[in-house]
Amino acid sequence: MKAKTILAGAASLLALTAYAKAETLTIATVNNGDMIRMQGLTDDFTKANPDIQLNWVTLEENVLRQKVTTDIATKGGQYDVMTIGTYEVPIWAKNGWLVSLGDLGDDYDVDDLLPPIRNALSADGTLYAAPFYGESVMTLYRKDLFDKAGVTMPEKPTWDFIKDAASKITDKNAGVYGICLRGKPGWGENMAFLGNLARDYGANYFDANWKPQFESEGWKKAIEFYVDLMKNYGPPGAASNGFNENLALFGSGKCGMWMDATVAASFVTDPKQSQVADKVGFAKAPCGEENCPNDGANWLWAWSLAIPAGSQKQDAAEKFIAWATSKHYAELVAGKEGWANVPPGTRTSLYDNPDYQKAAPFAKQTLAAINAADPSSGPDKPYNGLQYAAIPEFQGLGTAVGQIFAAAVSGQMSADQALQGAQATATREMTKAGYIK
Amino acid sequence: MARAVSTRRKVFFTVLAWTVGLLIFFPILWTILTSFKSEGEAIMTPPHFLFFDWTLEGYHEVQARSNYFLYMMNSVWLSFGSTLLGLLVAVPAAWAMAFSPTKRTRGILLWMLSTKMLPAVGVLIPIYLIFQKLGLLDTRLGLIVVLFLINLPIIVWMLYTYFKEIPGEILEAARMDGANLRKEILYVLTPMAVPGIASTVLLNIILAWNEAFWTLNLTTHDAAPLTVFIASYSSPEGLFWAKLSAASTLAIAPILVLGWFSQKQLVRGLTFGAVK
Repeated sequence: MKAKTILAGAASLLALTAYAKAETLTIATVNNGDMIRMQGLTDDFTKANPDIQLNWVTLEENVLRQKVTTDIATKGGQYDVMTIGTYEVPIWAKNGWLVSLGDLGDDYDVDDLLPPIRNALSADGTLYAAPFYGESVMTLYRKDLFDKAGVTMPEKPTWDFIKDAASKITDKNAGVYGICLRGKPGWGENMAFLGNLARDYGANYFDANWKPQFESEGWKKAIEFYVDLMKNYGPPGAASNGFNENLALFGSGKCGMWMDATVAASFVTDPKQSQVADKVGFAKAPCGEENCPNDGANWLWAWSLAIPAGSQKQDAAEKFIAWATSKHYAELVAGKEGWANVPPGTRTSLYDNPDYQKAAPFAKQTLAAINAADPSSGPDKPYNGLQYAAIPEFQGLGTAVGQIFAAAVSGQMSADQALQGAQATATREMTKAGYIK
Repeated sequence: MARAVSTRRKVFFTVLAWTVGLLIFFPILWTILTSFKSEGEAIMTPPHFLFFDWTLEGYHEVQARSNYFLYMMNSVWLSFGSTLLGLLVAVPAAWAMAFSPTKRTRGILLWMLSTKMLPAVGVLIPIYLIFQKLGLLDTRLGLIVVLFLINLPIIVWMLYTYFKEIPGEILEAARMDGANLRKEILYVLTPMAVPGIASTVLLNIILAWNEAFWTLNLTTHDAAPLTVFIASYSSPEGLFWAKLSAASTLAIAPILVLGWFSQKQLVRGLTFGAVK
């Protein structure tokens, strides 16, 4: 009896010690299919690391950004792993808010990461976040509507071709609109698309002296073209459509074409979410003129995992990040849910894999688009980023300008008035922030 | 003739009341209906009202992904805790202002209300830093204190209004009959103010239950209430309406039931003193 009691006591003490030793990582993440899938597969990680427990905090993108910014700026230490985008990484790394990810283990193979994504997540050559999934921009179109209208999508379309095709496909009586594009105001909504479109016409957000470029020839062409296109061939209420609204429209057969993030391809080809799953074709993102920058792929984004400098559990957090963004994780997802569900756009090896190529008909376009995208700064472009400018002021400025362009799409003002308004707003903000002396 | 007019009026007002009632209820009904749709069905245009393939897919997924019970218990703690704490402070305050007013009472009341005029985000960083230093981030206690403080002006104002309706002479009569302060409050004032106190309590529970700024910003996991649970179902890339609707339905269900059972008290309290 006594021996039993001692044994039981020792066992509970051991259990208590093990419990006390277990570290709990709090992981802040956005709600998207790939991240949710990862939450379901974490047994694989916790089995291999029984001393690490995981707490998930899933939030809407803007709420997440607000919360993690508050936490990291005040060194709150509430999170050990954060999901952030390519926009935040260079800014936060510069502020000393992130832990560098120099050593993710011997079998991590950091050279396998797609070079543009790796560059976007590095500062001074050091990686500060590991990509979970990446995206650029492509053209999605309805093959059946193109056949019906007798139009053939070229390998490299131009925006003039897109307009012509949109006019032939549009059948408003049948509820089919030639083109769906983002119109909802926001730096990550309509401005992501418009920044990309302006680049297609050779214009950036700012020149070498940080002067806003909204009154340049490129922006003028882009906005006039966009407003005209949406008014004539776009769906009603286009000024309130973001990614999800267009996804819903395209998936229910209302759109002939849609230019947006490459990740859209996996949604519109999924029969559970799309009524046109077997009718979708893919092409490169269009160009506004010959030899346009990056071949039209003026968009690069990656949701990535990073460790805030305030975390007290950096070693465990690093272990988790190495697991979540590894080749092993891709194989784990493929084994459980099929290759089509592996997070795209981060590793070269995935695109070399014949099984993935077979399961994801859009793989070739996605890889080409990401590899063509070059977000780095240059002599005429003082900032990093393509569809955004990686400076702290861009969130506010981009959203204010986005509201002006949305007003132009809904017919409240002309394209010229919108461009003037955008230029005045951006100049004021940039002067206030000290970029323009 | 007079009878016919009154019947017509009755019909008119009945129809009007039902129309307004249904209009107000429609968004909730639509949320509940959407929660039984598949994601594909939820985005269908034109939408199907009742004739669609009813499914529990959204609920299954919400159940599998989140610990609903943890969030709900946190909501219960926060809303009931902050309201009780509020009552403890507000009843004596409102009593003093209603029955022993001074020349500054009105000013104090307005000053209390003026604290509600500042947008919450304006004090987010100071409060966040204080919470961080005191170790109150992501704790129920911290949230109860914040919700108590932000709702306190409303509790005081509501109770003050109800107490004002009670004639001071009745309390005076009680005093003349030999009641002391404790007896006066307990046996005379409280029974008369029950409808008012009940509706104040209910309204504050609802306000605290639905509060989505502080609860989102000051919690991460352990103290996160149902507002955080709902927020986790909105997605930047991908369809989520059916799941979000299922989460919202689950989140409003307890408070809806509470409201249903206490509607008599609530209506009585809200119309208390409306007709003199």
